[in-house]
Formats: sequence, structure tokens, C-alpha cells
Amino acid sequence: MSLFTITLHIAIAALAFSLCLASIRFFIGPSLPDRITSFDVMVANIISIIAVYAEITGNKDFIDVAIILSIFGFLGSISFAYYLLKTNR
Amino acid sequence: MEPLILNINKSHELISSLLILLGVVFLLLSSIGLLRFPDFYTRMSAVTKGSTMGLGLILIGLSVYFNNIDVSIKILLILFFTFLTSPVAAHVISRTAVKLRVPFWSRTNIKEFEDYLKRENAFEPKDKPDEFKKD
Repeated sequence: MSLFTITLHIAIAALAFSLCLASIRFFIGPSLPDRITSFDVMVANIISIIAVYAEITGNKDFIDVAIILSIFGFLGSISFAYYLLKTNR
Repeated sequence: MEPLILNINKSHELISSLLILLGVVFLLLSSIGLLRFPDFYTRMSAVTKGSTMGLGLILIGLSVYFNNIDVSIKILLILFFTFLTSPVAAHVISRTAVKLRVPFWSRTNIKEFEDYLKRENAFEPKDKPDEFKKD
């Protein structure tokens, strides 16, 4: 295990901790836009985790997963915001 | 078991791990800001800049590590898409929050916003602007 691999493992642990913080805000968020924002942050964290995992394993196929996930994260947050804008609550 | 010494022939690993650690610091700070800030709008301000910057740094580090044109094109695609869509999504969600009257922080200066509401008459007459300061 070289120093490079240890650095990547530390990075993936810190990203998992950051994902935990975002999910705490997802649970206690007082309003629905808070939850949409924390969903955005969780998608960004998961894309970063996939990127670091592709670098650990050296497998280039995981980058396609990151492309699809970035597209779906944008569509999810936009559709939630549109739904909130159209319902009179 | 290799020794814990950086090989000089693997300088792309050094640059890549430095970029990835910098991006992880940005993402971690934006998540702490999401958890700790008092208001929806300040949380949105912390998250939008920090997470975009951190994701960009991590993806550039991945591109430096692989050193391959196919991977670099795909990573540029992800970067372009993220940098294009993240501000748009943040703007739409913030506008929705203003429409839904999510309360501001009590120490936010919203005088200019109240003047804007009076001038433009943007909401219905029952929506008084002082309903915003409830938090």
C-alpha cells in the first residue's frame, strides 16, 4: 500500500463524513427547499466518491456512471423546484 | 509492500492526490456550512460555491491521474455540465423559496428587498413583507 493509495482512502473517508453531514441536514431540514439543497450536496459528494473510487481501482468505466449521475441530479432538483413552484402551499 | 516514499517517476500521482485533497477540503467545508448556517439562503450560498469548486478539483485530479484523452473528454463533459447546471438549479430553488416565504435570518438586512417588493408589487396584497422576518 503506497502513500498514494493511503491518501485516496483518507479522501474517500472524508467524503463519506461529508455525506453524513449532508444527510443530517436532510433529516432535520425545516423546509422543503433545505432538503432539495442537501440532496444537491449529496449528489455532488456521491459523484466525488465515484471519481476517487475509479482512481483507486484504475477502472475507467466508472466515469460514465458519474456522467449519468450528474445529469440525473440536475433533473431531480429542477423537477422538485418546479413542483414546489406549481403547487400552492 | 512498497516503502512509503514518493517515486519521482510517479509525479502525476502526487499532483492528482494534491488536487483531490484540496477538493475534499472544499466539499467538507461546504457540508459543514450546510449544517451550521442559520438560514436557508446563507446555506444555499455556502453550498453552491463550495461543492461546485470541490467537485471540479476532484475531477481535474482524476483527469491528471489517468492521462488519457478519452477520459479527459468525459471529465470535461461532466465539468461543463456541472458548471452549467449548478447555478441554474440554485437560482430556481432560491426563487421557489422566496415564493414560498421561507423565513430570513433575523439579522439579515432585507430593506432593499422590501423596497423591491413595494415597487414591483410582486406578490399578492395579503403578503406583507414583514412576514419574512420570523426566524
